[in-house]
Amino acid sequence: MGLFSIIASAFAGGTILLFGMLGGIFTERSGVMNLAIEGYMLLGATISYKIAAATGNPWIGLLAGIAAAALLGVLHALICVTLKADQVVSGLAINFVGTGVSMVLGANLSNLIGQVNLLPTVAFPALQKIPTIGEPLYIITKQNIMVYIGLALIPIANWYLFKTRPGMHLRAIGENPEAADAMGVNVNGLRYLYTIIGAALAGIGGVSISTAIYPGWFSELTTNGKGWICVGLVIFAQWNPIRGALGAYFFGLLSRVIIDIKLPRMLLGMNNPFFFVPNLTYFLEMAPYIFTLVVMVIGANQARRKRIGAPAALGQPYSRGQRGK
Amino acid sequence: MTEADPFVVEMKGITKKFPGLTANDSVNFSLRKGEIHALLGENGAGKSTLMNILAGLYRPNAGEVFVHGKPVDFKSPKDAISEGIGMIHQHFMLVPTQTVTENILLGLDEPKFIMNLKKYDQIIQKLGKENNLQVDPSAYIWQLSVGEQQRIEILKMLYRGCDILIMDEPTAVLAPQEIEVLFETLRAMTRSGKSIIFISHKLNEILEIADKVTVLRHGKVTAADILTKSITKEELAALMVGREVLFSINKKTCRKGEEVLSIKDVYAENDKQLPALNGISLQVCAGEIVGIAGVAGNGQRELAEVISGLRKVTSGSIWSRNLDLTRAPVRKGIDEGIGHIPEDRHHVGTAPNLSVTDNIIMKNYNHEPISTKWKLSRKAAQKYAEEMKKEYDIIVPTVDTPVRLLSGGNLQRVILAREISNMKSLLIAVQPTRGLDVGAIEGIQKMLLLQREAGAGILLISEELEELVNLSDRIYVIYEGRIMGEVSNGDIRKIGLMMTGTKLEDIPELSEVVNGAEN
Repeated sequence: MGLFSIIASAFAGGTILLFGMLGGIFTERSGVMNLAIEGYMLLGATISYKIAAATGNPWIGLLAGIAAAALLGVLHALICVTLKADQVVSGLAINFVGTGVSMVLGANLSNLIGQVNLLPTVAFPALQKIPTIGEPLYIITKQNIMVYIGLALIPIANWYLFKTRPGMHLRAIGENPEAADAMGVNVNGLRYLYTIIGAALAGIGGVSISTAIYPGWFSELTTNGKGWICVGLVIFAQWNPIRGALGAYFFGLLSRVIIDIKLPRMLLGMNNPFFFVPNLTYFLEMAPYIFTLVVMVIGANQARRKRIGAPAALGQPYSRGQRGK
Repeated sequence: MTEADPFVVEMKGITKKFPGLTANDSVNFSLRKGEIHALLGENGAGKSTLMNILAGLYRPNAGEVFVHGKPVDFKSPKDAISEGIGMIHQHFMLVPTQTVTENILLGLDEPKFIMNLKKYDQIIQKLGKENNLQVDPSAYIWQLSVGEQQRIEILKMLYRGCDILIMDEPTAVLAPQEIEVLFETLRAMTRSGKSIIFISHKLNEILEIADKVTVLRHGKVTAADILTKSITKEELAALMVGREVLFSINKKTCRKGEEVLSIKDVYAENDKQLPALNGISLQVCAGEIVGIAGVAGNGQRELAEVISGLRKVTSGSIWSRNLDLTRAPVRKGIDEGIGHIPEDRHHVGTAPNLSVTDNIIMKNYNHEPISTKWKLSRKAAQKYAEEMKKEYDIIVPTVDTPVRLLSGGNLQRVILAREISNMKSLLIAVQPTRGLDVGAIEGIQKMLLLQREAGAGILLISEELEELVNLSDRIYVIYEGRIMGEVSNGDIRKIGLMMTGTKLEDIPELSEVVNGAEN
């Protein structure tokens, strides 16, 4: 019983990371560094919650959240692609912009908890009639609609990236923009497009927090560094959506397990140290971030061996006639 | 090809200016159907600029281009390709992580959305067979040899229906046998009505493959449409450089001295942690130049780096006279007087933003008189740099100029000044003349020979076979991190075969008569 609700919340928590991670992959595959995921997410979360509260319609909130994050993406693209500034610095700056705007616009939102219409939860009560496995299946499948949208997006993203012509062009401009340009591909135009798409996807991740899975607005704790975990996940994923999805759900599981460890009075038949010494929980809550670091180091080593590392032109602005080497 | 064949390309009065430089100055160029027309000139003569204009990468400041008699104005390479003009660049325009088919389809409107790679694999296989360019369409580019990659580039243009091909120094990266295969392909293509522009600064090749040649110097045409049958190598060289060039190098005989470098069974990995050196053994003695021949990327760079201490060996030993250098820090090699002229003179060889002085004292800054205890003496450093400037003929306004402003030849002289003046017994030179013009090459080769006569041992790693054969006393051939064999008579046929992976002992001897004729 407990096990299945843990699995269910692993999917729920993982979904948020999934959107952010896919946003990172699409932007970085095109050769533009995406360190602004946290900023996009927080802005998406704030705007969608605010608009959902104002209009009473969470779907309008979802669209508004996507639009707000995409708009911030336009700024990142302008700085990185047109003005050819340092993409790392731009990404960090965009985070501050996203956070700052969210703090201003979200000022009164924390009072609204429980009064905002949320994106619907999907459940299949009919499953309960199946003997034995029915109940667990019901628990696992009772999810917010965003969880299902996220699940559907994984194969679509993978198919788009590896089996379609635009996907091939996306990979080409991130690996060798000169080659793509010489063959008539509009490198900088496509980089704009995928920077904006990446921002929008990260924005959906934010919407999934405030207006769907963990409802409410708690200033910068709404996202609480999830965007940064996404940055690590992109590297762990080696820019591959399927691998990234597995990572996202695993992280969802990890963060749920942490709650399960710190809350009960007794753990494995002993007094739970995390319950009696609350300060210890800070160390426990560090675990996902430390794990992100470890995974990034392992991922980097593997990638170097297998030639499936970062897109070769990642972080390099492109202009014709300026040979990179 | 006859004079009656129609012009497929005519370029009239082309001028192209870059800030502070006129790359093309009213240049005329024309190409007839079915001919191979060579464009000859030194580095910086404006060959590539002219062809980049024809291929749609640059737009001229003045002048007109006609293709099949019709005026054209290309805004991008796509426009040029749609008129049948395809350029194959010196650095291949391929995406290494994608397959052959994906690379060929890159940028096309067909397929519309979904890639049916299997279907296109077959189409490309067929196109390859028709044009005698065999490839595996589903292979990834990074798995292919340089020669194969070049075939993909040609196929890419043929797939787009190009019948005018521009080849920018196509032989620079190929082994002699691969060059033969390329030439065969080019000849076959002209027979089927395609026309080829062949950019090169190698005279022998131009005389072998081209029907006509146009020579550029300092952005101007010095000779147009010369039939290659009616000109000699010496005459071509004079047209290209503007003066007589000596082709034979005056090499004095030297007595071999003691062993200054001894490498035994060395293994090492490259940056991707794949094996790069697989049991290399070789010796260099004082007073000789030992060449390392091989196609780029077969472990040459790693070999130079393990000797100078920049790369760790996984096993084996490296000795210089009585000193074990196997796991020695770089500083130990420097103190021992081992000079290293690295392949990448812009980033490894020099610090681009530092002055000529700072770059020259990089190896002896910690000795008197430049440093006294903990203090650097600017005065002494500058005096030393001035001496070096004079001795090595470095042309630069002041020794405080940052080296990034120097031309390739002068930059290389800065490196040579530093390395040779601190060298005692051993010099490792990697591609010392790459990308330099004929005059600078002559000067640097002379300097190397001078060091040999002074009793230094020199390990010369180069991809220019002619240079290796002219300078070296012995040549080892490296292939996939292994030494394939050693020749001391400059037998190009054997070197070529070893460069493509045949061991010396497996090469059959030609009869004496043929051998004699070759030399």
